[in-house]
Amino acid sequence: MPLIWLLAAIAVLAAAGMVLGRRRALASAGGDHRVLHSLPSYYGTNVALFAAAPALLVMAAWIVVQPLYVESRVATLIPQAEYSDEGELSLIMSDVRRVADGLNQAIRSGAISAEEVRDMRADVTDVRDRLAQIGIAVGSEVEQTTLTAAQQYRTLDGRGNVAMAVFVLLLAVGGFVWTLMKTDKDYRARNSVENAILTILVAASTVAILTTFGIIMSMLFETVNFFRQYPASEFFFSTTWDPSFSGRGGSSELGIIPLLWGTLYISLIALLVAVPIGLFSAIYLSEYAGKKFRSIAKPLLEVLAGIPTIVYGLFALITVGPLLRDAIASPLGLGTSASSVMTAGLVMGVMLIPFVSSLSDDIINAVPQAMRDGSLGLGATQSETIKQVVVPAALPGIVGAILLAASRAIGETMIVVLGAGAAARLDLNPFEAMTTVTVKIVSQLTGDTDFSSPETLVAFALGLTLFVITLGLNVLALYIVRKYREQYE
Amino acid sequence: MNDMRLSERDVDMTDVKIAARGVQVFYGDNHAIKDVDVNIVDKTVTAFIGPSGCGKSTFLRCINRMNDTIPIARVEGEILIDAEDIYDRRVDPVQLRAKVGMVFQKPNPFPKSIYDNVAYGPKIHGLAKDKADLDAIVEDSLRKAALWDEVKDRLDAAGTGLSGGQQQRLCIARAVATSPEILLMDEPCSALDPIATDQVENLIHDLRRNFSVVIVTHSMSQASRVSQKTAYFHLGELVEYDDTAEIFTNPKDERTENYITGRIG
Repeated sequence: MPLIWLLAAIAVLAAAGMVLGRRRALASAGGDHRVLHSLPSYYGTNVALFAAAPALLVMAAWIVVQPLYVESRVATLIPQAEYSDEGELSLIMSDVRRVADGLNQAIRSGAISAEEVRDMRADVTDVRDRLAQIGIAVGSEVEQTTLTAAQQYRTLDGRGNVAMAVFVLLLAVGGFVWTLMKTDKDYRARNSVENAILTILVAASTVAILTTFGIIMSMLFETVNFFRQYPASEFFFSTTWDPSFSGRGGSSELGIIPLLWGTLYISLIALLVAVPIGLFSAIYLSEYAGKKFRSIAKPLLEVLAGIPTIVYGLFALITVGPLLRDAIASPLGLGTSASSVMTAGLVMGVMLIPFVSSLSDDIINAVPQAMRDGSLGLGATQSETIKQVVVPAALPGIVGAILLAASRAIGETMIVVLGAGAAARLDLNPFEAMTTVTVKIVSQLTGDTDFSSPETLVAFALGLTLFVITLGLNVLALYIVRKYREQYE
Repeated sequence: MNDMRLSERDVDMTDVKIAARGVQVFYGDNHAIKDVDVNIVDKTVTAFIGPSGCGKSTFLRCINRMNDTIPIARVEGEILIDAEDIYDRRVDPVQLRAKVGMVFQKPNPFPKSIYDNVAYGPKIHGLAKDKADLDAIVEDSLRKAALWDEVKDRLDAAGTGLSGGQQQRLCIARAVATSPEILLMDEPCSALDPIATDQVENLIHDLRRNFSVVIVTHSMSQASRVSQKTAYFHLGELVEYDDTAEIFTNPKDERTENYITGRIG
């Protein structure tokens, strides 16, 4: 609740700044807006921006940092003897949080007074029972240490919230007053607003970069945890994938090779379908097709990109899989499984067609008409012109489109689960069920998971490996594009 | 610079290479060329001059049927090359364009090596017996385009890496390599500086020995320097066509006179 009030206060300040900044600037110019350095609205925007933006930024940062700080402070209250490792501590801490939340709710509903909570002791009051009476469920019996920690948690959290409200409000009012004071007819409000907007743009791009960094760090952290419990050499070189969920550790075999094989095999088939069809349709659409046909065909092709992958998966499961089995695999004695590498590969290939065709089409269209004229003027046919001039000129972009499609193929999950199954296997037969890295990441992380066992942590190692592979693919794409650019420009 | 020699120039041979009879061109509803009749002489440089939008480039593009590549363009009348109608249904425009080479306004080398740029036409038309023969054609074409000495050590370098003037000469070499009988040039010097222009003009002068050259130009001094015959186009009509010296010293039509004296255009 207080958060919404805080936001409302900032919004009101910003709105007031909008009006007052404008009015003050106009007043300083004697009502003649031609005397002003900037348009009147810039003065208003300037005040509004300086009132709202710093306050909001600080608030966002505060909301992220405060729980981390409070929790690290509270964790010191739990005696070392209560837990043996990080995992147990985090279990205790989640109990603490739940009790603290319960107490907060109890106070808000008026069932218990704030003083009562402060003086509450586990050996006197049955906290679990009291909370249950007002409809708040706490998992286990609440012990004194937990209760003390929860009380401390409440205090610190409450103080933090008050401090944040005060600080953020001060900042907003300060920014408001400061910029409003500066506002007069010679003040360069336009430049100031533009600088502020530039700062916001930079901040936005930094968020994306920092998030990527954060993702890598969290994956790296868990991967290191995994390799502490499971030898890296076996992970990378073992040809068996056989996780056991019943026995803890030891009995599992977690080799990535069968999964990587499945991933690459399915992606390869998908690209073999998507690249020729996509490229040929792009060439037809951009070089031969009439305006009318193109205006109908191109959007239709792009509709393919808008179909959710789960729908493709259903198509693979219900139609393509059985069809391939009955028409090819069974008669040739290649297998009796409806889910197969071929099914997933074909359907995924169809999904990728628009990626290849749409991008290639744009790139081919960007080849200057002068190139075509030059070739046609030498007596080349249209087909020779396309083969020897247009496509080579567009090649860097086409390679980029193909690698983008490859990245999509490697990361695809839904089509694989429904089309190729979930059995990890090393096999050359494309009509056998196989599976990919992404599918196994999902299956290792769903259900009842224990985040300290190698069977679960392996998901992070798989994810990181996949990330490195796609990163390598992107670097390769960049390298190819650069190389051709150097040669051709 | 060699205007003085205008009167000395005469046409070596007088047989007609290209004959246009009642040519009309439409772009959609726009009537771009109106009833043009002209006889273009072999082994001669013919210049088309006129204000922008007068149809001189359009007419040039009719001679090798490049207008076929524009869907809304429609050509009527007949154009004869060596007394054969090039708009006859039996004529393959691709074959025709090998015989009638074209150089464009902006240098447009392919994104290939210098060698491959020149070898492109001969390869497509199968003009070379073997690799050595192809090498010879490439060298010969580059020599004819006065580019050989500048690029002979870097034939594998990208054609797009040359300077503007070199690129245009490369495009001329590329057109020459298919050994055409006619060379069409659409404002070949408009994107070049004076030095490169001078090189290309000298080249045009030399090319005349082997080809009929038709050049569209906005520069009247260029027309007077390089051509023996000049045609003046105005609003899609061929106003006047005569020896270059005659057009520039003694124009018959008032519109021509206005244009070359700088009163219009």
